[in-house]
Amino acid sequence: MEQKYPIKKVNIICAKGAIEDVYATLLMGNGAVMEGIETNLFFTFFGLDAIIKSRMDKLHTAVVGNPALRLPGGLRMPTLLGIIPGMESFTSWMMKGGMAKLDIPPVSEFLDLITAGGGKVYACKLAMDMFKFKKEDLCEHVSGILTVGEFYEHAGGEGSHIIFT
Amino acid sequence: MAQKTYAGKTVDVNEEGYFTNPSQWTKEIAAEIAKEEGIVLTDQHYAIIEFLRNRHNSGEALSIRSINHSGVIDVKTFYQLFPGAPLKKATKIAGIPKPASCI
Repeated sequence: MEQKYPIKKVNIICAKGAIEDVYATLLMGNGAVMEGIETNLFFTFFGLDAIIKSRMDKLHTAVVGNPALRLPGGLRMPTLLGIIPGMESFTSWMMKGGMAKLDIPPVSEFLDLITAGGGKVYACKLAMDMFKFKKEDLCEHVSGILTVGEFYEHAGGEGSHIIFT
Repeated sequence: MAQKTYAGKTVDVNEEGYFTNPSQWTKEIAAEIAKEEGIVLTDQHYAIIEFLRNRHNSGEALSIRSINHSGVIDVKTFYQLFPGAPLKKATKIAGIPKPASCI
């Protein structure tokens, strides 16, 4: 279909590290790459966990203060139940199982697909300094560590969009 | 329903140019659709097209991940063979419907 103002480039910022936050970024990013759209992913603050080698495939979802969380069967999960030891791990395990059934890959494999298609992955310099991460802590998919100014330089161009997940 | 003529044969397509009847497809037709997309088909292209058609015929969903696990080619090569939007282009050339998958 001919579009008058096609999206030519997307720049997605991921600032949170829960499963659903990271996957929102990865799904939108991979979808863009598959459409032939130039794609930059920028991970900052807790979102950095998605590109830290030792953490990327061990993300969790919040079970306390997550009012949309339901028990199997559809009942709303009382937030206090979330403090039961193991509840967060169990819920995260359930989430990952559900995603695997839909052929959604683990974070590291998802980043393999995105970068194989030419998508670029960046880490935020300030957040790296703040959490005392070193370059060696980052996964192989990361093309560089950027300041905010450098991110905006990368994001420039006609038909370019910035998305904050 | 729209119709198009490739390699001397008239085939049924939808408004986006995807085949509505995959059994009308032939290798010669594939070469002509590929030409429209600016691609010259090689044996490697045909190998992945065959994989896509087989997978479609067995009713399995297509995703970019399934290409990586196909054993035919890896995703990087897939993007090189069908530059731009590989899964969309490859399914169009393979004469099967556009994948309804987000991944």
